[in-house]
Amino acid sequence: MAKLVHPKRALSTNPLKSSAPLGAALAYLGIERSVPLFHGSQGCTAFAMVHLVRHFKEAVPLQTTAMNEVSTILGGADQIEEAIENLRKKSNPAFIGIASTALTETRGEDVPGELKEIVSRRTDFADTQIVYASTPDFDGGLQDGWAKAVEAIIDAMVPPSTERDPELRQVTLLCGSHLTPAEIEELVRMVRAFGLEPLVLPDISTSLDGHVSDDWSGTSQGGTPVARIPDVARSAFTLAIGEQMRKAAKLIEDRAMVPYRVFQSVTGLKPVDAFVRTLMGLSGMQDPPPSIKRDRSRLIDAALDAHFHTGGLKVAIGADPDLLFSLSNALTSMGAEIVTAVTTTQHSPVIERVAADEVILGDLGDFERSAKENGAQILLTHSHGRHAEHRLHVPLVRVGFPVFDRIGAQDACRVGYRGSRAFLYEIANTVQSIHHRARPEEFGAAPIAEEFEHVPHVASC
Amino acid sequence: MSDALKSKIQDVFNEPGCGTNAEKSERQRKKGCAKPLTPGAAAGGCAFDGAKIALQPIVDVAHLVHAPLACEGNGWDNRGAASSGSELYRTGFTTDLSELDIVMGYGEKKLFRAIKEVIEAHNPPAVFVYSTCVPSLIGDDINAVCKAATQKFGTPCVPVNAPGYVGSKNLGNKLAGEALLDGVIGSIEPEECTPYDVNIIGDYNLSGELWQVKPLFDKLGIRVLGSITGDARYRQVAMAHRAKVTMLVCSKALINLARKLDERYGIPYFEGSFYGISDTSQALRTMCAMLVEQGAEADLLDRCEQVIAEEETRVWKQLDAYRPRVAGKRVLLYTGGHKSWSVVSALQELGMEVIGTSVRKATDDDKGRVVKIMGDDKHMFENMAPKDMYRMLKDAGADVLMSGGRSQFVALKAKMPWVDVNQEKHEAYAGYMGMVDMVRAIDRAVNNPMWSELREPAPWETPLTETRVLPAITGSCPVTGVPAGVGRPVSLVPPMPPASSAPAPVTAFVSSATDFEDC
Ligand code: SF4
Repeated sequence: MAKLVHPKRALSTNPLKSSAPLGAALAYLGIERSVPLFHGSQGCTAFAMVHLVRHFKEAVPLQTTAMNEVSTILGGADQIEEAIENLRKKSNPAFIGIASTALTETRGEDVPGELKEIVSRRTDFADTQIVYASTPDFDGGLQDGWAKAVEAIIDAMVPPSTERDPELRQVTLLCGSHLTPAEIEELVRMVRAFGLEPLVLPDISTSLDGHVSDDWSGTSQGGTPVARIPDVARSAFTLAIGEQMRKAAKLIEDRAMVPYRVFQSVTGLKPVDAFVRTLMGLSGMQDPPPSIKRDRSRLIDAALDAHFHTGGLKVAIGADPDLLFSLSNALTSMGAEIVTAVTTTQHSPVIERVAADEVILGDLGDFERSAKENGAQILLTHSHGRHAEHRLHVPLVRVGFPVFDRIGAQDACRVGYRGSRAFLYEIANTVQSIHHRARPEEFGAAPIAEEFEHVPHVASC
Repeated sequence: MSDALKSKIQDVFNEPGCGTNAEKSERQRKKGCAKPLTPGAAAGGCAFDGAKIALQPIVDVAHLVHAPLACEGNGWDNRGAASSGSELYRTGFTTDLSELDIVMGYGEKKLFRAIKEVIEAHNPPAVFVYSTCVPSLIGDDINAVCKAATQKFGTPCVPVNAPGYVGSKNLGNKLAGEALLDGVIGSIEPEECTPYDVNIIGDYNLSGELWQVKPLFDKLGIRVLGSITGDARYRQVAMAHRAKVTMLVCSKALINLARKLDERYGIPYFEGSFYGISDTSQALRTMCAMLVEQGAEADLLDRCEQVIAEEETRVWKQLDAYRPRVAGKRVLLYTGGHKSWSVVSALQELGMEVIGTSVRKATDDDKGRVVKIMGDDKHMFENMAPKDMYRMLKDAGADVLMSGGRSQFVALKAKMPWVDVNQEKHEAYAGYMGMVDMVRAIDRAVNNPMWSELREPAPWETPLTETRVLPAITGSCPVTGVPAGVGRPVSLVPPMPPASSAPAPVTAFVSSATDFEDC
């Protein structure tokens, strides 16, 4: 349906996308006791770290191979080795996820080969799992980096397998970058309600959910345990959330013959119905648990109440493809019209499925311009959209990454029956928060003549 | 890296104005003040970051970053430099180089077009063009592009040549100063000059800190001609060469700029700070004295003393109100440089105990001051690993941590009050009124009743004294209705495969560590 348009210009104004290495780092943070490591110059790491900290309001471990001009030209294998060594000394991580950056990719290095050599030579590194993903900044955005990191994790850690334990009621939940910790929790809750045991990969719901633990650690504060990752091969099924997870799911299928299904969206009635239908099939439960049925009926009620506000609503949305698709789809199914859709990367087939005439591969400059031209009544994008919000006087619902001017970003939940319900309320309430008092002039009627107005007496003293 | 950039870097490292540098041998000096970074243990921003921090507060300029997405995409609009005018500086402009641009060498062309587009769309007084790692590595010549663009479009395009990989933030600050010297300062003449014109270098008006001291200048009739770069307009920076005195605030980073203004235009400079009461007074005194030396009326000195006396009396009166609320609190200061000591005396005067102060980035002079104020050097430390700091705070070795954002969560996760005193903070603590704001922030932090609640044990940490009222769980899950049992670690039991034996009664539901609810 939607056509992807590339604006012809050299200048990007107010970037919408976050970088691919940052996406990879975020995925790595979903592994227990991990430290993401950028292969590049230290500045990229500092920027990415600040970005993550501002969103999650958490200390985020993130390190760099600290490349300088000389090491960039000579090649960075030594830097990688030294970085791993220092990291192990400092925080003893169980997992180090390396992401390349524009700098090292421009130079072009055979990092996988060098890494292999390092790992085989340095037997003392054996108790740290090391994974590498190639994520140049100049190709794609956060979502692509995340997907590549997950693929790299699977590629490195999931063994080929043909055995299946029929007793094991385990399913793999592959989470895309657009899911918040609360959303992963919600999906896990749904899966469990059917008596299935989800194995979440990567799981930021236990590492970046915002909690206080009893000690300080220099690694991620939770996440999928390293030892559990190979078990992905033993799951009965893979539930891949987001089109970006298709390749990863496919990879598991190739390795271990685990069938999969990709859910391009789990927001809105129909998409969640499809998810539930799959869970019913997997668990053999014709009659889902009462909590699930109740939540569905409550979503229907919410839709009844919300449709007065969402019908005909002109929406401008800017987000990574998967988030763009799932939210815009939920809104159009409620009668809204997507007048502006801007996304960050062309690498996604869901873009075509977005219910809009065109999807702009662009930035917040495009977003603002298009929203203005098309008379958008509500904006959905991340916190940087606040400038457009102020200039256009159109309310902003903060979605995606980063959300730095509100707290509790990790708790936003817009998936499942419950999350969809909350999302509809959120949109409807934002619409209602715009205080508009109708005036006769708007309809072409003359205002009440002044002579009818009561003039308060001036108090005489 | 081009030879021009190399010699620039050599030049800024060879800073005679810097005391630390003067003590070094020729070879050490060549190496620069940047320590080589340790892979896996490095922290902090790159040179580009430093340059951007120093220049972005010029509010009406278009700041265009020539880079793939990383440099600007992850970092634009992330600082609190306040503007009283244009908002253009907050707009993130970048060439967002794609793979194709890099491989095919379209970088320079794209940059030229981007400059054209930004001028057409916003018509700024100038465009600042920042180089970054990738364009530098592939040899894009931003100086040449800027020169051509300036000629073609008539809007000054200023190259800022500080690609990230040449070094630290600090080096970037210096290179930014050089960019201003080379391309901006001296390019516009003010309509009129007064003997009360000063430059303020190194204050970025974060959260409005410059405005906290501006009323003092206003009272004294001092005009900030060249602001580098807090709430600055391009024209202000361009006219900085006509000031009479330069004040270098809080930092050695831009000392090259201050010194060269002196060399080239004969503007003497002094280093001062508006952080702490005595510092503020001292800075005003020095500034006025130097202005008088430069030709201002001598009565400025008396007026200055009068303002200082009034302000100090007033601020102490305001601070006294907080004394009972903050007296006796133990403060751990984790900042560095001259901040290691500049607020210590004020805190002590209010009855607070400073149990430690870090002297990172502090000069010997700074360290001497710490010893003088605190009596000995027992309370001085360099770095503290987050782990150790966490333990110390957790064991209640302090009542409040005052530090920068990096250690914020170390304190908070140890359930310890934290006050932000570094650059990224949201509140301004400069000048006399800033001190009141800071003490108010300490009061607000340490006296919040939340802390004692948070530190109370959880319900299950105290043994249960009541006996059980209800019978143990049997049968099925109350939420899902699915029968439980058959001895599996899975919480709910599937209808298939059919269990051969009857389900055993369940005494407790097994839940995983990541459980949130249900059975
Ligand atoms: S280190 Fe280089 S590539 Fe990274 S942010 Fe700094 S300038 Fe950009």
